[in-house]
Amino acid sequence: MATDERLEILRKMHELRFFENECDRLFRQGQVKGPTHLYQGQEAVSVGVCAALRPGDTMTCTYRGHGATLAMGAPLDKTFGEIFGKAGGLCGGKGGSMHLTDAGVGALGSNAIVGAHLPIANGAAFAAMRRGTGAVHACFFGDGSTNIGTFHEALNLASLWKLPVLFICENNLYGEYSPRALTTPIERLADRGISYGMNSLRIDGNEVLTVKEIVEGAAERARSGEGPTLIEAMTYRHQGHSRTDPAPYRPDGELEEWLERDPILLLEGVLESDGVGADDLTRIREEAEKAVADARDTALAWPDPELDERFDHVWAS
Amino acid sequence: MAEVTYKEAVNRALADALAADPDVFVFGEDIGAAGGVFKTTAGLQERFGRDRVLDTPISEQAILGLALGAATQGMRPVAELMFADFAGVAFDQIVNQLAKYRYMSNGQISVPVTIRLAQGIGGGFAAQHSQSVENWFLNVVGLKIVVPATPADAYGLLRAAIADEDPVLFFEHKGLLNDKGQLEDDPQPVEIGRAAVVRQGSDVTIVASQLMRARALEAAERLAAESISVEVIDPVTLVPMDIATIGAGLERTNNLVVVQESSAGGSWGATLIARLIGEYFDSFDSPPLLLAGDETPIPFAHQLEQAWPPSADRIVDAVRGLLGAAAPAAG
Ligand SMILES: Cc1ncc(C[n+]2csc(CCOP(=O)(O)OP(=O)(O)O)c2C)c(N)n1
Ligand SMILES: [Mg+2]
Repeated sequence: MATDERLEILRKMHELRFFENECDRLFRQGQVKGPTHLYQGQEAVSVGVCAALRPGDTMTCTYRGHGATLAMGAPLDKTFGEIFGKAGGLCGGKGGSMHLTDAGVGALGSNAIVGAHLPIANGAAFAAMRRGTGAVHACFFGDGSTNIGTFHEALNLASLWKLPVLFICENNLYGEYSPRALTTPIERLADRGISYGMNSLRIDGNEVLTVKEIVEGAAERARSGEGPTLIEAMTYRHQGHSRTDPAPYRPDGELEEWLERDPILLLEGVLESDGVGADDLTRIREEAEKAVADARDTALAWPDPELDERFDHVWAS
Repeated sequence: MAEVTYKEAVNRALADALAADPDVFVFGEDIGAAGGVFKTTAGLQERFGRDRVLDTPISEQAILGLALGAATQGMRPVAELMFADFAGVAFDQIVNQLAKYRYMSNGQISVPVTIRLAQGIGGGFAAQHSQSVENWFLNVVGLKIVVPATPADAYGLLRAAIADEDPVLFFEHKGLLNDKGQLEDDPQPVEIGRAAVVRQGSDVTIVASQLMRARALEAAERLAAESISVEVIDPVTLVPMDIATIGAGLERTNNLVVVQESSAGGSWGATLIARLIGEYFDSFDSPPLLLAGDETPIPFAHQLEQAWPPSADRIVDAVRGLLGAAAPAAG
């Protein structure tokens, strides 16, 4: 992979990180209302996956979806705007943090019902297959979501019909406040794909270049009619489940261990050992930080929605 | 003009929609090779192929989610849920996903999905396969709800539902599938949201849909022999409800009876009456009456099942009582 491309991946990861840091800060200051589920620590998964996609591909994700939506190419300012409930937000302030849609970049919606979007992902993939567009669909969800019925129904049908869909399970070790072992009798969630006859892999979700490479292969399979893949990407969320969760249930030292494997540090390490200078790395980080700060200020200055706008877009006809 | 059954009308609407638009596809459990549990899809797979008429696993959530996802890409899925009672299994996909998808995206994405559900009492199917469940969805904004009673309405409304940009719940009544009626040789879509005055009358307006429509008409016939003139209106669509047509009927007769197959609580009949009281208060000469299914699950034994929903007898008695109360001078 060319160095320029890898630097752009680094930039994207920084943007996601700074974006979430800003959301955290503004939520804590009470400037932004409602729940928020932050993504710091998991950036390599969605950035790696989306870097492997092509224009025309589509994506669905969860309420922890700021990152995946940005990784698909949603603009920073409009994404902030939606989280701030502004008229200029992606969804005019009707969706909020948990419901980000940017159809123009293929981001078909983040969903606040655990597992609900897996069957929907199949539908987008079905349309692509039926029309022969060659597009694939990437569907992000968490480890906890593999215990809900839609996961099983969706994987079964996707495999049966060989739908061009990539099921990306971001295993961050916890579903809400419960560690995996409390809720799930098997340790390797990728194994669940096997009973559906599905190509299933477990990968290091903090190595963005690995994620990208694996997903390119899975996408190629899907595009050529060989069917879906379940990818269990091992990762970790640096924050609690949501704004109100300080994550007291984490064993001592666990966070620190994962911070050493921070996906941004890992990529910077690779780039450094390939001869990229510290200046370049610093420049990318600072540019990303500034882009996020500018987008935040832009969106904060936008007007609130007009009261009458709440009646818009219930019905198409 | 030809005589067809309700079931044939549904089948023909699906065939014509499949022929007219390559983005339409029809899918559900046992609907392809087997032609459907109620045979409403018989012959469609042979004619249109396995790519457009698809058998699915027993996965109601996966069926409806797939419909939604395909609709986001501009396709026009027609999903069959077999027995309407099974909607409970896929409730989230209907109420939290389909109904809200467009709104949450601020209109970026429309989901023109048609869900076909076979509902209704009468087959000895007992509590989990006999309900009329349209009321489950009344409180969910974003869904159109259609309840055709005749072959012509079944055809025309199904074509309209498939062409509609919004999600439509299309309820077929199991007790009507073999009923016959006239269908034009070149039948056209019927507009969603229009009630139909199916019998003129001047003393009382009865509003009734699907199975209850025929019972209301039977009651009207019997009451005519007693010189009571009954107007019968079929709402046809429950959401959006055609209040203007029904309200105009009430203004003509000044007495209202709503007859519905399902239980009363949180129902379309109760909602309709509440709205009419608010908007047409001065038109009532008597208290509006809601005749509804019993406040029990639907029992199995034939006699018990028969006794459960309103009968023509109950409607006749209710109208007599109502008009007696409304016109004491006549007594
Ligand atoms: C159907 C449903 N049940 C429960 C919840 C509440 N809930 C929100 S997030 C969550 C945990 C999901 O965990 P996981 O799938 O691992 O995703 P993560 O939050 O770790 O990204 C739960 C239980 C919900 N939103 N939807
Ligand atoms: Mg998790």
